Amino acid sequence: MSNTMSFRSSLLRPLAVAALTLGLAAPALAAEGAPHPHREEWSFAGPFGTYDRAQLQRGFQVFKEVCSSCHSAHLFAFRNLAQPGGPEFSEAQAKTVAEEYQIQDGPDDAGDMFDRPGRLSDRWPSPFPNEQAARASNGGAYPPDFSTLAKARTYEVGFPGFLIDVVTQYQEQGPDYIHALLVGYEEPPEGFALPEGAHYNKYFPGHAIKMPQPISDGQVTYTDGSPETIDQYSRDVTAFMMWVAEPHLEARKRIGFQVMIFLIVFAGLLYFTKKKVWKSVGH
Amino acid sequence: MSGHSTFEPKHPALKWFESRLPLVGLIHSSFVAYPTPRNLNYWWTFGGILSLMLVCQIVSGVVLVMHYTPHITLAFDSVEHIMRDVSYGWLIRYIHSNGASMFFIAVYIHMFRGLYYGSYKAPREVLWILGCIIYLLMMATAFMGYVLPWGQMSFWGATVITNLFSAFPVVGPTIVEWLWGGFSVDNATLNRFFSLHYLLPFMIAGVVVLHVWALHVVGQNNPTGVEPKSAKDTVPFTPYATIKDAFGMVCFLIFFAWFLFYIPNYLGHADNYIPANPLVTPAHIVPEWYYLPFYAMLRAVPDKLGGVLTMFGAIIVLFFVPWLDTSKVRSGVYRPLFKQFFWIWIVVCVGLGWLGSKPAEGGYVIAGRILTIYYFAHFLIILPLLGLFEKPKAVPASITEAVLGKNKGAAPASAGVSAPQTKG
Repeated sequence: MSNTMSFRSSLLRPLAVAALTLGLAAPALAAEGAPHPHREEWSFAGPFGTYDRAQLQRGFQVFKEVCSSCHSAHLFAFRNLAQPGGPEFSEAQAKTVAEEYQIQDGPDDAGDMFDRPGRLSDRWPSPFPNEQAARASNGGAYPPDFSTLAKARTYEVGFPGFLIDVVTQYQEQGPDYIHALLVGYEEPPEGFALPEGAHYNKYFPGHAIKMPQPISDGQVTYTDGSPETIDQYSRDVTAFMMWVAEPHLEARKRIGFQVMIFLIVFAGLLYFTKKKVWKSVGH
Repeated sequence: MSGHSTFEPKHPALKWFESRLPLVGLIHSSFVAYPTPRNLNYWWTFGGILSLMLVCQIVSGVVLVMHYTPHITLAFDSVEHIMRDVSYGWLIRYIHSNGASMFFIAVYIHMFRGLYYGSYKAPREVLWILGCIIYLLMMATAFMGYVLPWGQMSFWGATVITNLFSAFPVVGPTIVEWLWGGFSVDNATLNRFFSLHYLLPFMIAGVVVLHVWALHVVGQNNPTGVEPKSAKDTVPFTPYATIKDAFGMVCFLIFFAWFLFYIPNYLGHADNYIPANPLVTPAHIVPEWYYLPFYAMLRAVPDKLGGVLTMFGAIIVLFFVPWLDTSKVRSGVYRPLFKQFFWIWIVVCVGLGWLGSKPAEGGYVIAGRILTIYYFAHFLIILPLLGLFEKPKAVPASITEAVLGKNKGAAPASAGVSAPQTKG
């Protein structure tokens, strides 16, 4: 019954549950008042965008060594690491990664569940067995799953920017927001009442986020000589998250260009055919 | 479908078949020999574009259903399974989700064209009303389709919209429980919406057949609003309309492909990539863009029932347009005052759409009220009065006269485009 009640009233109030959802499931729309994330340069932006393999590999390293200790990515499979359009590790490398993890399988013939090394077909194992366990370990907050996260975050662009974005093909609100969030930790301004166990973030809706600053300079050791800074880490892991959320982006843009060429040529041919057909008919 | 088929089968097998079921003759008279006004402009290609979009949605939808699982614990992940693991699943899913928006863009242009050129006037009232029914069915179909991925906006959109019915006195709460199949939006709701989302497109297809049938009985309207008077005023549907429609369709597909391949999530909500969670309300519950004007009207009225009635009234009033417009002149081209009010009304509709995306507070609500009142005033006051007071311009005697008159003035500008001689 209480459900019914809350549904009824939901029609009339755009709930101020931001305080409640704090860190649990941040609303996709950045709250009014939070500054707009800076528009970054992404290799996967624009009509010919592709992922930067080295960046995805670095981003995966950050995810594996840092983020995945709290965040799940339950739709992400080990085999994805070796598929075209991704970080494109070799199959052997992906297999090695999978085997580092123990995956519960079963039941066996005796009816018992058992652990075995991961396989390519396995999904990324979640750090917590369930939501309650995740909350219990994270001060009541539920670290969101990475599977679609980069597409699940945005901010309001407003008029006329939202129309210009159609022409410029700007689709990177999510990655821009995530990057801004990761570099947006700072001391709370004077007079800001920061709730217990929360951290001040310039770009988080409401500014009070339960996730402590997740990464610091030099925490992950890169082997390719890329700078080991918070900024670089967050760019890399954001690109990785975008790929996890949209694994076929490269194929989409490539096929899109082919379709466009076909349609434009086809339209041209139809236009001249139409002109010829109608030539002798005034209209 | 207009009856008099000029089709004469040559092949004996076809003759045998035609004498038993004149199917080819029907197609021939409907889509080949069918007389089309010679002066149709590109706004008239949107009927064909809409047929294309309906087929596109049904075909992509049927394939999606092969991989989708209608259960609250599996729906979200099964859509993501389509996006990740199904061969070209991302393409099919983006075709379907963007296709819905394209369908609505086309239908709005089609309706605006009908309103501008008076295509609803006698003898085309039934044709117009059938179109309104298709539009209503489209709204219902799209709403239920948006619920299926079971993201946050799916869930909360379904909650808000189904809750509207609770505003009706006495029967309201019962209707809502009946829609839900329980006491909240839950698995039963998802299952029935899935079932209806599969059913309604075929009902749309059925009404489209009636719509086309009605069109072929009364004939197409045209930019002058003057009925064809002689054979000179029309051209056969094929090749003239077919090639023009085909060109219009491909141009529309280019527009479609831009969204589909480059900004496929632009028209959706980021929130819908978060799995549905009944315990967390999104900060702003916003419907898909094509409902926004109606959402603004709903929220403009302080009373819930009043808001719901206003919202539905905004669509119901369209059914009565043939009788609300009292002008003897059909086409807006020859109605100087109507023309201006038409464009004001378009701006009002777009403005309502913009307000629908804004939070219901302060100046937005006041603006919403003013525009809502204007929306209804356009149909209930302006249209009836315009017919009585407006002095229309001279209407040409025939389509051919209008065409030749226009081309006489513009002939030298581009030699190839408009050769003034007629073929008849």
